[in-house]
Amino acid sequence: MKLTDEEHAMRAGEFGPLRQWAIEHQIKVGNYLGADDFVAVGQAHIMADTESLGASGVAWLEHWAALPHRERQVRIPTITDPRGTDFAQAARLKQQPWMLELERRAIAAFEAFGVLMTNTCINYQTIMPPVRGEHMAYGDTGVVIYSNSVCGARSNFEGGPSALSAGLTGRTPRYGYHLDEARRATLLVELSWTPRELSDWGALGGVVGRLAGDYWQVPALIGIERVPGADEMKHFGAALASFGSVALFHMVGVTPEAMRIDDVIPAGQTLPTHDVGEADLRTLQASYAKDIGAVDVVVFSAPQLSLMEMQSLAAMLDGRHAEIPLLAVTSPQVKPDADRMGLTTRIEAAGGIVLSGMCFYQSYAREMAEANGWRGLATNSAKLANILGGYGYRPVLLSMEQCVAAACAGGKLGR
Amino acid sequence: MSGKIFYASAGMGRKVRARALVASDGFSARYDLDRNRGVFSRAEHKLAGQGYNGRVLVLDAAKGGVATAWMLHEMTARRIMPAALVLNRVNPIMVQGAALADFTMISGFDLDITTAIANGAEVEVDPTAERPFIRLV
Repeated sequence: MKLTDEEHAMRAGEFGPLRQWAIEHQIKVGNYLGADDFVAVGQAHIMADTESLGASGVAWLEHWAALPHRERQVRIPTITDPRGTDFAQAARLKQQPWMLELERRAIAAFEAFGVLMTNTCINYQTIMPPVRGEHMAYGDTGVVIYSNSVCGARSNFEGGPSALSAGLTGRTPRYGYHLDEARRATLLVELSWTPRELSDWGALGGVVGRLAGDYWQVPALIGIERVPGADEMKHFGAALASFGSVALFHMVGVTPEAMRIDDVIPAGQTLPTHDVGEADLRTLQASYAKDIGAVDVVVFSAPQLSLMEMQSLAAMLDGRHAEIPLLAVTSPQVKPDADRMGLTTRIEAAGGIVLSGMCFYQSYAREMAEANGWRGLATNSAKLANILGGYGYRPVLLSMEQCVAAACAGGKLGR
Repeated sequence: MSGKIFYASAGMGRKVRARALVASDGFSARYDLDRNRGVFSRAEHKLAGQGYNGRVLVLDAAKGGVATAWMLHEMTARRIMPAALVLNRVNPIMVQGAALADFTMISGFDLDITTAIANGAEVEVDPTAERPFIRLV
């Protein structure tokens, strides 16, 4: 990689050992993925729940956090993805003291780096949406795909170590979705049906993600009958990224880089084309827990709920009561508004539990399942359904209304 | 087939030799593994129930989210980890994770590497060579 004088100085250790490690890490990654140089980034976003970090990862952070102040501070606004717990509710989830201790240690280390503990995966809805063309180092697949596709920003998937590196150096290797040529469509998806429920938008993301197949594919969708809202885009993108590891999509006539199909598919080029309709979404939904008649827990999470989703959930629960645990996970930015506007009270009056600053699958999901006896799980998040199978759950993908109905029927599924 | 060699477009980490665990399926440490037990735990995965500790994993594409970037480091620290990852296609997360953990990985072949290596075959993976490769031994 071509380095500037400042980058050479970082590599030589003139800005301390942490920045030296960070740029060396970035050069390794950039060399592997064919970057010619670095690009300055406006923000970094770090995914670092302690289930992923483990004790060794937390100790690694603490080692660097012990450096002198000027050697350990991030250079650009650096924020965090959800943590592994909501400390106020950890006992209700039967999370163990060792989990909370690891979380406290990780938080202390990040604070020592000057990281802003936003603890959210919906920063594009609540903190500061990126601007078209702005280069970022975002570290949550749902954040990356929404920012790239809906906002027109430019980010690759930046795992925790790389996002922290970007925060420390203020740059990231220029490869993948920082480059114009990687942002063109590689497959075309013709829709014959436009989803209505958030769970259907997620299912659509799942179907398209499986068709795409890997990180370097960019689906372009045509045939959408209306402009999807932010929560619909959120569920679609999160599932597309989860099922396909996809980081960028275009919706022709909707997303900013694809006002016309020619904008993302050069004239005369023919792409692999797939027809997708309602039956494909139903097949994906039906593939989950075919022979399950009841669930043990209902979870709304992944991504964290917006204020509008909290409002919808509160309205569905008014006058009803959840007979099994019903978890609604939102961001630390939405939660105070939900409290102030009475949404939290309404959800909890119906037996729900409102959690803040965490995400269900990033919070020791396997251990929570064992401690609480949870196996069957209903959710309206296709992303969550896709992830939790590996953690020993039997997930079912339903609409929010169907999930609420299941919770109020003691877990019994009325499908 | 002994001695047959397959070149990759990129690699990092150290030279290793071990038995291959092969499937035409994806890889994500969060989605697919029970890292405590060292087995593939996602029921739909073609390697479901199989142990991966000390094996060279030969799989199709990197899948899923960003957690693998930390998890390879965590698996390495606990010494319940594959010997190497050999993938047709990587995503940045695998590269970032391998870079942090000093983990052996190669990727990018002229053919589908999951059809070229037999499950259980003894293989050598050398990411340090001028052209990184996997070789049947």
